[in-house]
Amino acid sequence: MDTGHYISGAGHLALIGWLLFGGIFTPDHLPVEMTEVSVISSEQYAALAAAQQPPASTSEVAQPTPPEATPDVPEVTPEPDPVIEQPEPVQTETPPEDTPPEVTEQTLPPQTEVEDTPPELNEPVGDTAVLVPEVAPRPIPRPVPRVAPEPVVQPEPEVKPDTEEQPAVAPDAEGETVVEEPQEAQTPEDSTTEIVTEADKAPKASPRPPGKRPAAPKPAVVAEKPAEKPTETPAAKPTEKPAEAPAETPTPKPAEPATADSGAINDALSEALAGAVNEAPVPSGPPLSSGEREALRVAVSACWNIGALSTDAARTTIIVGVNMNSDGTPVAGSIKLLSATGGSDAAAKQAFETAKRAIIRCGGKGYSLPQEKYSQWQDIEMTFDPTRSR
Amino acid sequence: MMTRILGLLAVCAATALMMTAPTARAEPLRIVIDDPTIEPLPFAVPSFQPETGEAGQMAVDLARVVSEDLVGTGLFREIPASAFISSVSDFNAPVQYADWKAINAQALVTGAVNVTGNTVNVKFRVYDVFSGAELLDANGQGGLQFSGTVDGWRRMAHKVADAVYSRITGEGGYFDSRVAYVSETGPKDARQKRLAIMDYDGANVQYLTGSGSIVLAPRFSPAGDRVLYTSYESGFPRIYVLDIGSVQRRVLESAEGTMSFAPRFSPSGQTVVYSLSQGGNTDIYSMDIASGQSVRLTNTPAIETAPSYSPDGSRIVFESDRSGSQQLYVMPATGGEATRISFGEGRYGTPVWSPRGDLVAFTKQNKGRFHIGVMRLDGSEERLLTASFLDEGPTWAPNGRVIMFARETQGAGGASSLYSVDISGRNLRPISTPEGGSDPSWSPLQK
Repeated sequence: MDTGHYISGAGHLALIGWLLFGGIFTPDHLPVEMTEVSVISSEQYAALAAAQQPPASTSEVAQPTPPEATPDVPEVTPEPDPVIEQPEPVQTETPPEDTPPEVTEQTLPPQTEVEDTPPELNEPVGDTAVLVPEVAPRPIPRPVPRVAPEPVVQPEPEVKPDTEEQPAVAPDAEGETVVEEPQEAQTPEDSTTEIVTEADKAPKASPRPPGKRPAAPKPAVVAEKPAEKPTETPAAKPTEKPAEAPAETPTPKPAEPATADSGAINDALSEALAGAVNEAPVPSGPPLSSGEREALRVAVSACWNIGALSTDAARTTIIVGVNMNSDGTPVAGSIKLLSATGGSDAAAKQAFETAKRAIIRCGGKGYSLPQEKYSQWQDIEMTFDPTRSR
Repeated sequence: MMTRILGLLAVCAATALMMTAPTARAEPLRIVIDDPTIEPLPFAVPSFQPETGEAGQMAVDLARVVSEDLVGTGLFREIPASAFISSVSDFNAPVQYADWKAINAQALVTGAVNVTGNTVNVKFRVYDVFSGAELLDANGQGGLQFSGTVDGWRRMAHKVADAVYSRITGEGGYFDSRVAYVSETGPKDARQKRLAIMDYDGANVQYLTGSGSIVLAPRFSPAGDRVLYTSYESGFPRIYVLDIGSVQRRVLESAEGTMSFAPRFSPSGQTVVYSLSQGGNTDIYSMDIASGQSVRLTNTPAIETAPSYSPDGSRIVFESDRSGSQQLYVMPATGGEATRISFGEGRYGTPVWSPRGDLVAFTKQNKGRFHIGVMRLDGSEERLLTASFLDEGPTWAPNGRVIMFARETQGAGGASSLYSVDISGRNLRPISTPEGGSDPSWSPLQK
């Protein structure tokens, strides 16, 4: 056991002693290293210097580049030109001529800048990079075509509701058929009213062939239909209905006592001719739109000055008839007083003169009326009513 | 069988006729125009053509007065001669309508003047430029003419203007008329008043009385030859009748101790209706001028005054405070039950029946302001035409279209002057008089 203690004690002592005295030898190691280094430095320094020269050669490589850069710079500048030309066709889509002059002006100043900066090696590279961002604002118009696809996206949702309505289209198709039915029902309404009157008359006029008489007026009614439909159904209907009923009904009544065949023929002729006469006022061409009527009303109103009218005349409402030339000017000699209400005859005369003056004065260069609807405004009845303005 | 075939053929033929029918004219287009413009009518009056050497200035003056008359109505606007494209060098030459259309002259008046000694002859024509028609063409020769004296040249101009105005507007004329009024001078507390008469436009003023006594409320006779007025010449207000031609006057008899005032002629000119104040009560009387016989028409303890006949002489409108405030009433010309016609706020006075018979003009005082207004005989459609510190005394133009009245300004230095206004309420215009004026009375159109 003691040996162990001795050994360990000796060991520790030795360690302590090495620690205490070992440090003395450390400075000896340092000069050794210093000497080694100093010795090596003379030879290796040249080797190291030679080894370090290749990185220095990069600087030498850089030196030849500056002279190369100056000739290259003009070469770089033409390169951005084609780059610039590329956005030109892009801009030609919207403003073809305005953008190209801007592009040429912008290319020239970078050339001068590059020539000023040749001493800096890396800058020419950076200049090209700068030129690219200068071009970059031109791509900014490119987003414009990007905007274009966006509205393309918008119509898509429009299409979507259409698709949503497509199921509703199916009922529309059904509805179309339904709509056609009332159209057919409308024409029979006209025909029925006419057929009723004519059918009533025909047998009265010719009691012998009651079956054929209604057959004859039917084609007549059919002939009326195509005449009405292409022209104007709304305006024609109200005029025809009252006109035919009184015109036709009285004619067959005196024919009732006359049962002779000749009388029946005459009646049939008179009926048909009466129908033809009643057809005369059927307007042709589409009716004037409310805007066209309003324009005419406003135009005449502008010249209708009642400021110099007597108080009596300024209370008189008159209706004036006027025929129009196809160029929109009124036929001066055709202007006539049709009726007057609210004042004396003298007041009506005075009011008429004022209205006539208005029609002629503002129609001197022709009223703005659609030429294709001339038949609709060839004859005009104007009601001049000053009472509402008071 | 043949007849059936014939009948069928006939129907077919008729059907063919109907097929061709749609080529006929359409129904007339019907539009309603109810938005008129209301502005003066542009017209042109080139200087009249002098037909004699002496007529040069007269031709210019006549055209100027005609133009002033028309413009003064507020219904016409004169196009200045500087805008004319063509001139009228020959009264009988055809008119170049296009030149007058170009400057928007809707009416054109041309004239020619002949002066021989003291006689003036004026010929004139009126054209509706846009219709291309002559308007005054009664005898087929075209135009009209008037003759008069050199001194009366303004009357001839007024007559020409009346003819033009009447033809274009449809109203009766009123330019050839006169106005009697009280000419006033001096401060309010020492104002001198004289009875005066003038043309409707303020020209040719004549004084009919001196300034020695106060005169009030002159009223023209229906014939325009006499004037009734009230004078304090005797110390009490009394009614006088003055003949304009001779300037002779006489007093209408009245009882001692009474005050009579506010006279007005009946349409016949033979009767005068007036107020008589006796014992603190004022009532309305009528008097036959020739006989001096008077009839009492009202008999109430209230104050009744300012009577005015209807144009047909059957009724009288007057003011009375019998309801507690001053209002307008209508009664038969022979007296009897009166019907109240004014029911608005304020006090109504000095009613005057329109020569047309459809309206009554009045003075209204309400909330410290005075108005001239018109209303129908049933009290409806009341319209106030003016408003000021003091408007009063309306009188109708002969055509019933214009009202003249007196307007007094506020303050110690306030003065009264004459104004006219259209019954539409437009065209309020001062009448130029040499001195202040009040109590106007419009004459009928002169013969």
